[in-house]
Amino acid sequence: MTPSTIELIASPEDRRIAGLAAAAIGLTLAEAAIPLPIPGIKPGLANIVTLVVLYRYGWRSAAWVAGLRIVAGALALGQFLTPAFVLSLAGGVMSLAVLAAVIHLPPRWFGPVGLSLLAAFTHIGTQLLVVDVWLLPGASILGLLPLFLSAAWLTGIANGLATTHLLKSNPHPEESPS
Amino acid sequence: MWHDIRPGDWLLAGAGLALIAGLWLRQIDSLEGRVVIRLDGKVFQEASLRLNRIIEVAGPLGVSRIEIRAGRVRVAADPSPRQLCVRQGWIPPGGAAVCLPNRVSVENAAAGYDTLNY
Repeated sequence: MTPSTIELIASPEDRRIAGLAAAAIGLTLAEAAIPLPIPGIKPGLANIVTLVVLYRYGWRSAAWVAGLRIVAGALALGQFLTPAFVLSLAGGVMSLAVLAAVIHLPPRWFGPVGLSLLAAFTHIGTQLLVVDVWLLPGASILGLLPLFLSAAWLTGIANGLATTHLLKSNPHPEESPS
Repeated sequence: MWHDIRPGDWLLAGAGLALIAGLWLRQIDSLEGRVVIRLDGKVFQEASLRLNRIIEVAGPLGVSRIEIRAGRVRVAADPSPRQLCVRQGWIPPGGAAVCLPNRVSVENAAAGYDTLNY
């Protein structure tokens, strides 16, 4: 057999990102199986992974993990390139942009809980904006803002606490994430 | 667990709660029901259903008096010849009364849904 001329070299960082993204995708899939009363409200457990990666390995890795999770999660759920995917992507991109800024806030004052909360608000805010402008123009989606923000507040804080717990219970950066 | 939340985090959480509370209050206020009075097709006044009062609108024929009382609204008096909007009585939520000759309309814009779907 002829050896393949194309050789993909996976650096240790690539493997780490792949493993973390796999964990995030797993959470996304598990979450999709949970029945929830209102469409659009979900815990966003995969964001715990994004935040842990952001604190451990920096923003670049976090962006990779989040991006892979959004694309692969959508593929696995059959949502790729559907409006749900666009919403997920828009929320993810804006949250990452906000996280890129707020990760530089003094860590004595702002921890994972605050960052998670800001990211959650950005996420749902962006999604509602996209729905309002693109999917359902004219329908007063903004009337749903209090409901969705309340949910984002709860899930943001819960995910932030989970992140804090994970960062504390796994103090070694080189430890296997799974 | 709770001591891992840093001062700025508390601040953000508090600010978030305040924002949410404000939005809820606004929401409740708008769900309480509003009265939209139009003259010549343009909004003349928007009023809350919670405040009893009589609003006078000067149309081309004369003064229409719109009464808001006990969370209901009606056209109490109107100079239009056939008195259709006055005889309509209290306007149900989501309904409207139109005094066409005097170019006045009153809409009870309470939270009524036309359709609801996902």
